[in-house]
Amino acid sequence: MSFRILYKHRLTPDTTLMRVEAPMVARAARPGQFVIVRVGEQGERVPLTIADFSADEGWVAIVTQTVGATTMRLNSLEAGDSLADFVGPLGRPSEFVDEDVSDRRFLFVAGGVGAAPVYPQARWLHERGAKVDVIIGARSRDLIIFEREMRAVADEVYLATDDGSAGWHGLVTGLLSDLVRVRGKVYDEVVTIGPMVMMKFVAKETLGLGLKTVASLNSLMVDGTGMCGACRVTVGGQTVFACVDGPEFDAHVVDFDEAIRRSTMYRPQEERAYHKCKIGLNGE
Amino acid sequence: MASKIPRIEAREQDPRQRAMNFDEVSFGFTEAEARAEAGRCLQCKNRPCVAACPVHIQIPEFILAVRDGRVGEAGEIISRDSLLPSVCGRVCPQEVQCEGSCVLGIKGRSVNIGKLERFVGDSELAEKPLERSRVVPNSHKVAIVGSGPAGLTCAADLARMGYGVTIFEALHRAGGVLVYGIPEFRLPKTAVVEREIAKLRALGVHIETDVVVGRTITIDRLQQEYDAVFVGSGAGLPNFMGIAGENLNGVLSANEFLTRVNLMGAYKKDSDTPIYVGSKTVVVGGGNVAMDAVRVAKRLGSEATIMYRRGEEELPARKEEVHHAREEGVEFRMLANPVEILGDERGWVRGVRCVRMELGEADASGRRSPVVVEGSEFEVECDCVVMALGTSPNPLIARTTSGLVVGRRGTLVVSDDGATSRPGVFAGGDAVSGAATVILAMGAGRTAARAIDKYIRGV
Repeated sequence: MSFRILYKHRLTPDTTLMRVEAPMVARAARPGQFVIVRVGEQGERVPLTIADFSADEGWVAIVTQTVGATTMRLNSLEAGDSLADFVGPLGRPSEFVDEDVSDRRFLFVAGGVGAAPVYPQARWLHERGAKVDVIIGARSRDLIIFEREMRAVADEVYLATDDGSAGWHGLVTGLLSDLVRVRGKVYDEVVTIGPMVMMKFVAKETLGLGLKTVASLNSLMVDGTGMCGACRVTVGGQTVFACVDGPEFDAHVVDFDEAIRRSTMYRPQEERAYHKCKIGLNGE
Repeated sequence: MASKIPRIEAREQDPRQRAMNFDEVSFGFTEAEARAEAGRCLQCKNRPCVAACPVHIQIPEFILAVRDGRVGEAGEIISRDSLLPSVCGRVCPQEVQCEGSCVLGIKGRSVNIGKLERFVGDSELAEKPLERSRVVPNSHKVAIVGSGPAGLTCAADLARMGYGVTIFEALHRAGGVLVYGIPEFRLPKTAVVEREIAKLRALGVHIETDVVVGRTITIDRLQQEYDAVFVGSGAGLPNFMGIAGENLNGVLSANEFLTRVNLMGAYKKDSDTPIYVGSKTVVVGGGNVAMDAVRVAKRLGSEATIMYRRGEEELPARKEEVHHAREEGVEFRMLANPVEILGDERGWVRGVRCVRMELGEADASGRRSPVVVEGSEFEVECDCVVMALGTSPNPLIARTTSGLVVGRRGTLVVSDDGATSRPGVFAGGDAVSGAATVILAMGAGRTAARAIDKYIRGV
């Protein structure tokens, strides 16, 4: 099977969106799930969240930020190129997919590229009558992605930037607290997707607010089907596998400190590879 | 008397050399060696070796053919009962099956049946043209889930009967445990596994990689398109001990460690997949997977130790692997069991707290069960721990398919012929038995193929 890139769009200097031809994955995909991608024959298997999908047109969209050798290679591909492998949809769909969501009030808290997987969830809920607000956080205005798409499916979209170049000046947690405590917004549940450390503090904040919260964990994985256990994470004192038991869990009982530490397991090797890759792409 | 001639062992790479590379350990027999070794077989009447083989290969017959230089014929004899002689010759636990029951074994000189089988299989792979011509296609289609030994065998048999067969494989490469689990130095991927799979493709079997049945497509959907489905999804879910410190950095399952190395080629320079190599690695467990993991660690440059709660005699691994591991400088700590993994202030493993064990009464499996020696705690320093404690069937298919009866430990429940509780769905191999051997999975694939044929023909 050829997983051809049908469309590529640069969202920020180091983040791209790609629509990949994968009809079987597109047909089965549900909000909350992810895919495993391999760029070339010697490539590693990397998990990426699903940013959008169309069963009718047979594609799945992924958003990748360059953080290492593999994502750098992936982002250097163009429309018309093909990926070696594109497997999915993996993981359990979001819990609400099987529930009646009409009139339920959701708040999404997205950080960085985490806005991408929020989009299909927000759209799904919006189409089924739920109320959806979204916070998109980033370091600065030019790093905010999916704002326009989100506005089409959300009731309210709030921005938060570290440098104050757009929306709330500060962290998403501050904005979240302000929305609920000061502006009196009422939510039934919160979904947070983004960097582990951000999700940790969102969970802390919502615990104080007594708000049910789900976090989507982007753990290290090899196969993504339950085989390797690299993605194991402690949830409510139990070891579970993010790939088959998740990736979404009750954020209030996730051991984020452990999850953050485990995500650094291969950091030295990754940094060496990234360095080599940069030399390879620029220096020859 | 033939029996007086000493058993011929295949030549091997020097242990010091091979502990630094991933090339195959054993060179296998030359034709002269094979014929000489075949000449040692007594061709005895009661044929205990055949009875001890899980798929009842006609061992004396194929050995006789080898002795007389009719290697092609030997291949045909084996192929009546086994699809993968090159694989089984390498990975079967011969010492508890065919060779273990050989009459000459009483004097410790059993015929080297494993290496003879490998010789026949390898000769076939090298020489025999790919077959396709004899197949008369029918209009029926069968879907096979998983491309490990069970799936490959079931697929080959059905293809030979004329069925249109499609194998769905979750990973990007076909072969199942043969590619992700068993290392190159024990089972060469290009020379053996890929050629076996090429034989299958030549039979007209279609292989779709990157399809996770249960996620990408459901069994329900497969049954709409195919007349029957065979589930050979293996036992891929790694078990952990459930002790403190198991989620520290530097602690991993043997599945992860081996998949990174075998499937992803992390030991090769051009692979993008990272691998963490400790300076001192402790592998917990005593089976073949533990031996594979510890020998991989050794080859990657780590000091490597096996820690097993029973004694040497109870090690469930093939004798040859234990012997090879020892030769390569692997250390064995028998009768020891971890009770806690110890971490440093950064959350990385720094050692294992263990207890000594002693062997008590025999348990249900007939093995003496290990009992903790009170007050025997001690620590072993290490910076990598690999858990090789066995695996369970992946729950994905059971979770996403209605009407499948699942047993204890997540195994699929089937009748003698491999039929599950859901009409039209058959299963076999580790998905049914729990982690077992390649040959048993192959046998189950073959049994199910016959049952699927009957089911589709309505007889």
